[in-house]
Amino acid sequence: MNLLDYLLAHPREVLTLTLEHISLAGISVGIAILVGLPLGVAIARRPALARMVLGVVNSIYVVPSLALFGFLFAVPWIGERAPRMAIVALSLYALLPILRNVCAGILGVDPAVVDAGRGLGLTDGQILRRVELPLALGVIVAGVRVAVVLAIGIATIAAAIGAGGLGELIFRGLAMVNNSLIFAGALPAALLALVADLSLGWMEGRLRERV
Amino acid sequence: MAPPQSSAPAIALRGTSYRVPGGPALVDSLSLEIPVGATLVLLGRSGCGKTTTLRLMNRLLEPTAGDLLIEGRPVKEWDLIRLRRRMGYAIQDVGLFPHYTVERNIGLLPAVEGWPAVRIRERVRELLALVGLDDSLVSRFPRELSGGQRQRVGVARALALDPPVLLMDEPFGALDALTRAELQGEFARLQQRLGKTVVLVTHDLREALLLGSQIALLEAGHLAGLYTPEEFQRTSDPPALAYRNAFSAPNRGTAQPLPPPPRRSGDPA
Repeated sequence: MNLLDYLLAHPREVLTLTLEHISLAGISVGIAILVGLPLGVAIARRPALARMVLGVVNSIYVVPSLALFGFLFAVPWIGERAPRMAIVALSLYALLPILRNVCAGILGVDPAVVDAGRGLGLTDGQILRRVELPLALGVIVAGVRVAVVLAIGIATIAAAIGAGGLGELIFRGLAMVNNSLIFAGALPAALLALVADLSLGWMEGRLRERV
Repeated sequence: MAPPQSSAPAIALRGTSYRVPGGPALVDSLSLEIPVGATLVLLGRSGCGKTTTLRLMNRLLEPTAGDLLIEGRPVKEWDLIRLRRRMGYAIQDVGLFPHYTVERNIGLLPAVEGWPAVRIRERVRELLALVGLDDSLVSRFPRELSGGQRQRVGVARALALDPPVLLMDEPFGALDALTRAELQGEFARLQQRLGKTVVLVTHDLREALLLGSQIALLEAGHLAGLYTPEEFQRTSDPPALAYRNAFSAPNRGTAQPLPPPPRRSGDPA
């Protein structure tokens, strides 16, 4: 049972790092939603723009996460603090699934329903808020779910640039060849991802079944 | 809102055309007048331009040539949202909002118009009674309704703001024959009571004869003829005659055996 030794011996440190981890992933996904929602709505209306924007956001995935953290060192203000860099990088990763699902969700709304709304005299804003977004919500939440799991996973790497989070324990354990230390970081991180995935999955299911 | 000019027809098309850029004209210089309180049926086969004509009336499409007047005013001078809320809109497959209950579907326009909640609730009950639905359905979702109930809710929703004009695109199209006949009959009675100006798109001759005060037969975007139901049944105009024959023929025709498929040289004998 020495896997849990470290966890049990240093509960406060593990808790602090877990909270750091949650805030890194949470803030990043929050930013990705704030950017991805309006941008996704905008590109859903313009197919040419959609291809371009999704192409650019897609290309972020070509950059290995460690290298992306490295690039951000050079950016003024962002490069000054490790958590800033980590949050920017994680937001960029979280953006794609959210953007893509907002766009797909809105395009997936039955055109007859949108047409009825328009013909009845709803304004564009009313159609978006009362018809398109609610009907796309299941798909959007599915995108958020992917983004959250992704961000929790990649956030462990943020420890490599000193941004904190559960990755600290993993990297320290790797350096010290100490398995229980690695697990003390990996286990809570995996649990976080699992809990986020299950709860958002449940929410997604609830939202989709009404459509 | 401009006061309607008493002499002006509810809707007037004056050489109205609609053509897709680079494509053929879907509606080709159509001229029609729909008097207040009349029920105009746009009749014709698929692709004749009847739905396009309807969609020009509430500016879901913009005419590419000619004029379209609503209550004597060119459609372009109307505030778009005002215009559409003065014209109830009911379409085939209804387009009910699947995430809203019956109550919210019907009450949506009153809600966005800022009606108080109590008045919306009353209006919804009133409309349900009008279209022959029970109050107990208010909390149902569209997927929990039968096809006929959905169509009724669609009509109730279109009537929510008590619009002077009702635009209907194959409103009974997706129903089985019995339910359709029932709803058509009810709608005819409803129409007598409400006295609204109705424009109804259909390919169903029976529906046109039952509900229309005027029947506009469309062919390839042109007006092939404008008739009262009685005239339509008597006329010997070739397009109207062809349409009538097409509707009486299938009863005899379908029982005939299919001809044997042509045998190709490579087929085994």
